[in-house]
Amino acid sequence: MGEAIVVTSGKGGVGKSTTSANIGTALAMSGKRVCLVDTDIGLRNLDVLMGLENRIVFDLVDVVEKKCKIQQALIKDKRCEALYLLPAAQTKDKAAVSSAQLRWLVNELKEQFDYILIDCPAGIEKGFQTAVSGADKAIVVTTPENAAIRDADRVIGLLEKERTGLPKLIVNRLRTQMVKEGGMMDVDEVVNVLAVDLLGVVPDDEEVIRSGNQGEPIVLHNRGLAAKAYRNIARRIQGEVVPLLVLEKEKKLMSRMKRWLGFA
Amino acid sequence: MGKVLKSGVTIKGTKDGLLFLLDDTRPFETIFQELKYKLEKSPGNLWNGPDTHVLIRIGKRQITREEESRLRKLISTHKNLIVHSIEAEGRPYLKDVNSGIQMLAGTVRSGQVLEHRGDLLLLGDVNPGGCVRATGSIFILGALRGLAHAGGEGDDQAIIAASQFRPTQLRIANVVSRPPDEWEEVDSEGMNFAYLINDQIAVDKMHQLPRFRPDLEWKDSRFKG
Repeated sequence: MGEAIVVTSGKGGVGKSTTSANIGTALAMSGKRVCLVDTDIGLRNLDVLMGLENRIVFDLVDVVEKKCKIQQALIKDKRCEALYLLPAAQTKDKAAVSSAQLRWLVNELKEQFDYILIDCPAGIEKGFQTAVSGADKAIVVTTPENAAIRDADRVIGLLEKERTGLPKLIVNRLRTQMVKEGGMMDVDEVVNVLAVDLLGVVPDDEEVIRSGNQGEPIVLHNRGLAAKAYRNIARRIQGEVVPLLVLEKEKKLMSRMKRWLGFA
Repeated sequence: MGKVLKSGVTIKGTKDGLLFLLDDTRPFETIFQELKYKLEKSPGNLWNGPDTHVLIRIGKRQITREEESRLRKLISTHKNLIVHSIEAEGRPYLKDVNSGIQMLAGTVRSGQVLEHRGDLLLLGDVNPGGCVRATGSIFILGALRGLAHAGGEGDDQAIIAASQFRPTQLRIANVVSRPPDEWEEVDSEGMNFAYLINDQIAVDKMHQLPRFRPDLEWKDSRFKG
């Protein structure tokens, strides 16, 4: 039996889909059978980030309306052995899928997969409720900005009442330099306010956007910190204990060099 | 013809006496008048038997002390009726029992509202967008980052205190105040509290509280030992 995890945030544009794509890919790379489900009906983009857009024939709405079999709608990823995507419909809207239908779908998928990652639409309305109703666990993605944190807090409050219980937190797009200058909240502050367990911190990295545009999740090739952070999150989801990344690598190298030269 | 309303007051006889069932979906005043009508206008001899115990069930409603004494007075107009007890479903029947301070734990998150009758001690944070409302005072062992409204029914003696005092807005009784333009930026060190003075909200260090609320002050007894 697999586990269904919903990735949500409340606010839009904080990196839900990017996070889903990367964690899903990382989980698949470590040998798990993974299915990504895009529930952002009408505004789908997980398929773009995965580079699978041109292979969509059937979608989520076709499946729940029983117009096709689940197997027909699942798109196999080109790069990973056991990674599949169930795309959202682009022509319908959120009302096209009900909570009961999604629960049925997720239960069917659990038979075949170890992890089902549900990419949730922004907002807290119908689409959010539908996406959450199918999940066993929840991950809340936020950026270290007041507006995003406020929305994440609201979503956490709503999730508390759901079957998922208290979610885990991913702090996305952290800029260490800005934090040091006092222009951005640091991770401790965010965790303090939201009062939930931290699942991981992903540093801000242009490479994430670049690879997203190419439809290649960054964890596939890149050896940068962001990719590593996503891989660590995937390991933590599987129950491993992985220490948080030290995000100030360059600085460390510099100080090490200084130490070699006898300055510090 | 309008809908036939179910009677708001049902009177049943049990082996222990009479059972008065008061419908909790209608306003107290309506129920009261109906009960009055039933007690006064029923055939006289019905209420003049031997002494009878009366049990009043008020459903999910809670009543005030004043409403309780009106009920008791009304029923005692018939000398043989003795109000034995008043019961509400699953909770105390009185609305404003001042049972000291109530302690609650947890985070009040954005969009959530914690409402409370009486004084409230919250063990946890109030986040931005979250709201705590009490008819008495509010004490927070944690960070107050959202909205706190003390003395919600007009008690201007209520105070708001928090370990970390960073509210987006404060309300005491009918006064609204928002930091930092209305009161000076407070020290985040130590515990602060807000109180009402001259119809304005002021914030001060906790150790100043006895100066403004002398009745609360604790004094060491001089006649010890």
